Formats: sequence, C-alpha cells, structure tokens
Amino acid sequence: MAGLPDLAPPGTPRRPAGRGNVERYAWWFMRLSGLALIVLVLGHLFIMTVLDGGVHRVNFAFVAGRWSSPFWRCWDLAMLWLAELHGTNGLRVVINDYARRDATRLWLTGLLYTSALLILALGTFVIFTFDPNLNAN
Amino acid sequence: MWSWVAQRITGVLTFFFLFVHVLDTALVRVSPNAYDKVISLYKNPLVNVMELGLVGAILYHALNGLRVMLVDFWAGGVRYQRLMLWVIVAVWIVVMVPSAYFMLQYNVEKLFGSN
Repeated sequence: MAGLPDLAPPGTPRRPAGRGNVERYAWWFMRLSGLALIVLVLGHLFIMTVLDGGVHRVNFAFVAGRWSSPFWRCWDLAMLWLAELHGTNGLRVVINDYARRDATRLWLTGLLYTSALLILALGTFVIFTFDPNLNAN
Repeated sequence: MWSWVAQRITGVLTFFFLFVHVLDTALVRVSPNAYDKVISLYKNPLVNVMELGLVGAILYHALNGLRVMLVDFWAGGVRYQRLMLWVIVAVWIVVMVPSAYFMLQYNVEKLFGSN
C-alpha cells in the first residue's frame, strides 16, 4: 500500500484529542438529574406556590421553620446543586448551538460558568450558615 | 420539533429565574426585613400571574423531559412519541387548572372580593 495516505477506516469517530467521554457523561447527567429534579422541584413548587396559601405565607419566619429541619436543608441543597448543574449544561449546549464565532462562544460560556460558580457558592453558603435569630434589621 | 423548541425556551427561562431566586433567597442571610420586603414582590398580582407562567413552564419541561427519556430508553418510545406528546399536554392541563386556582385565589379575592 505504498504511496497511499494514512487514512482511518470509514466510520471512525472523529473525537477531539483529550475530550474523552465528556459529552456522553453530560447526556447521562441530564437524564439522571432530570429524574431527581422532577421530584425535588415539583415538590418544592407544590409546597411553596400551591399548598396552604402558597407564596402568600412565605416570609423569614416560614423559611426559619423549614430550615430548622435537616431534611428540608438537604432537599434544598440537592435541588440547588442538581438544578444549577442541569441548567448550566443545558445552556452550554444552547450556546454551542447558536454562537457562531469562537470568541462569542468563549465569552458566553465563561460568563455562564462564572454565574454558576457564584450561584452554587452563594446558595450553599446560605443553606449552611442560615441563622434563625438574625437581627430583624 | 416544536416540543424540542419549547423544551429549550422553558429550560432557559427557568435557568434565569433560578439565578434571581438564589439571589433573593440569599437575603435571609442579610436581614429578615430585607428578605420579607423582596418576597412581598412575589405576592403582587402581576408577579403572581408570572409565577403561574413559571410553574407552567417548569411542569412542561418536566413532563416533556420524561417523554424524551421514554423515547430514549423504552423500546416503544419512538412509535408512541406523538401520542405521548398529547398525553403530557392533557396531564399539563389537568395539573395546571387546580394549581392556577390555588395560586391566584388570594389575589383574586383581594382584588375582586366583596369583603
């Protein structure tokens, strides 16, 4: 076969070096987190917006009552992390689909990851350090 | 294809709401009064209607996500995908009607109630 270029056989997947199976894990993560979020988010929405007066009974004292229970703190923490990561990956895919220039994509994705980091850090901090006896003002 | 477009729009919408919602909830760490003041915004009639829209968007996203998973993992999923779309539309309506009632009840009574 001398003289022929060194080509991969037809059908060989073109995988950028070093990317591994990231997209496949992301695909699985969307489905598994989505399943968990159906319970976590729809439960949250039902309690917060429909049940027993809905949002009209929500205030600081209401939050203090709920977060006195480790169960609801764990619920909210799991919901925060899964929803933020699920949404970040979703937006990453949307950005990749519509951003035509590399620079645009880079900036939007950078902004996206920065906001995700901020929200995860802030939300986690608030759930762990909530103080029901905080001064009213 | 439209179910896919709607899945994207509802997802992006919910993501932006989540951003705002974590910020407003973080006010419980600032002061009870600051939190109560911002949360009272959610009780405003106009915002109340927008909340109903948000709940509807999230419910669609959840139901359609379930349908996508059935298409992915269930052998009959592709054959029944159109039927499943109508099923989720029906479930959506059945859940949203009573939800709308309970979510808007307070403001409707306050705005139009006789007492």
